[in-house]
Amino acid sequence: MEKRRLIYLDNNATTPCDPRVVDTMVPYFYEKHGNAASRSHQFGWEAEDAVDYAREQIAKLLNVEDKEVIFTSGATESNNLALKGVFEMYAKKGNHIITAETEHKAILDTCKHLEKAGAEITYLKVQEDGLVNLADLEAAIKPTTILVSLMWANNETGVVQPMQDIAKICEKHGILFHSDATQAVGKIRTHPREIGVHLMSFTAHKMYGPKGVGGLYVSRKNPRVKVTAQMDGGGHERGMRSGTLNVPGIVGFGKAAEIAMNEMDQDAARLSKLRDRLQAELTKLEETKINGNIDSRMPHVTNISFKHVEGEGLMMTFNQNIAVSSGSACTSASLEPSYVLVGMGLGDDLAHSSIRFSLGRFTTDEEIDQAIELVRNGVNHMRDLSPIWEMYQDGVDLTKIEWSAH
Amino acid sequence: MAYSEKVLEHFKNPRNVGSLNKDAKNVGTGLVGAPECGDVMRLQIEVDEESGMIRDAKFKTFGCGSAIASSSLATEWLKGKSLDEAASIDNMDIVEELALPPVKIHCSVLAEDAIKAAIEDYRQKNGIQVGHKESVTA
Repeated sequence: MEKRRLIYLDNNATTPCDPRVVDTMVPYFYEKHGNAASRSHQFGWEAEDAVDYAREQIAKLLNVEDKEVIFTSGATESNNLALKGVFEMYAKKGNHIITAETEHKAILDTCKHLEKAGAEITYLKVQEDGLVNLADLEAAIKPTTILVSLMWANNETGVVQPMQDIAKICEKHGILFHSDATQAVGKIRTHPREIGVHLMSFTAHKMYGPKGVGGLYVSRKNPRVKVTAQMDGGGHERGMRSGTLNVPGIVGFGKAAEIAMNEMDQDAARLSKLRDRLQAELTKLEETKINGNIDSRMPHVTNISFKHVEGEGLMMTFNQNIAVSSGSACTSASLEPSYVLVGMGLGDDLAHSSIRFSLGRFTTDEEIDQAIELVRNGVNHMRDLSPIWEMYQDGVDLTKIEWSAH
Repeated sequence: MAYSEKVLEHFKNPRNVGSLNKDAKNVGTGLVGAPECGDVMRLQIEVDEESGMIRDAKFKTFGCGSAIASSSLATEWLKGKSLDEAASIDNMDIVEELALPPVKIHCSVLAEDAIKAAIEDYRQKNGIQVGHKESVTA
């Protein structure tokens, strides 16, 4: 019996590597295995050419200069390099960094680290729709502020920040602007120079490239930005990131960027239609809520709370058929729900009831049809099992119940 | 994290889902957990007043697969037991039977709390004093 393919709606976690990308990478594992830093023979030259070409492909996608692209091992490293590197390089100017509560852990934990090293960090609260309040941002700026770091698009909700407005505020106050654009690059237009972003983190595996390779855009002029290297070694990547380059990964990253540039618009148009249909059908169920600003959002993402149903249990009803993520982390002893949703003012109960659907280039119409049916059935099944759904239907005011702390 | 076969089986075919009349004198209801914590269990027992044995048990649970399996298993175990026997069910028995991993032990604790709360509710309704009463609140 043919086993039905698992429907993958977790593309914000990682995307499958495009077969065209894989084909491009293959020769660089064996035939063209050279070290891009070997200057004395054909193998090295070949590898260096391949890296240069990939850097061009990525620079084109971002509409920046080749030399402004630094290769790293992924977005976590890029974020670390940007924040720690700026903090060290600009220590004489100040020690204050502004970010937001709903950033990725790669930013938040790096900030925590910097606090121990003497940095002062402001964690902005976001509005209910997930957007940063621009007045709050401007009010947080001090003479010692050296950097604002705000993500382009949120991983859990897909909410896209008002990048242009943030950049204007940074420019007005002469502050560097870094953006973690991991979820945005290759899916929507992300041109940092045009917007006024001075440093930008991104990674290959969220845009149909391989895992283990990422990039950091560092502006070379107006302003010329420098970051202090975080690893000591051979001084690769203009001295900002030592370590032998991951040539096959970088070649794949370049190809992924080229494909994204050519197909991004058609992918986005198709996926936003599919996403809207999925969202419309699922929110026909009673007592659902879409999390995040729907007008400023990535085209392929929707995050929905199904009230009175616990997310992890709900996922279990369909995880033989659909792969998604939940804002409920019942796997930890602390039972912490998503800090991103809680940061948007969602109650812990609704955060526990949320599911993130993230579509991708290989998602089909039929898969969305199946997903709609499976999720609807799952929600209904879990509500039949849920004591608080029963209470809600009996008209019990759930806020008046004295729940036992657990 | 993969679930054990037994958790999956209870999750797919939960036993004794439903409600008993919580106002009936011979029904004890335990409601434990909180929506904010991601787990709420309601477990009910119906006691045969002549024999003092648990005649029926029902549950509804808001929670993950392990929480649902733990409460489903608890209702199975409760039927046919005396109140004292029921009160002696230990959360580690549930952990063992369902092969729950360490991160899911709280699900079994919640089930034990729900059992104790249901028994306590029944005893209070019927004015039954227990000499060495332990704390039953979660």
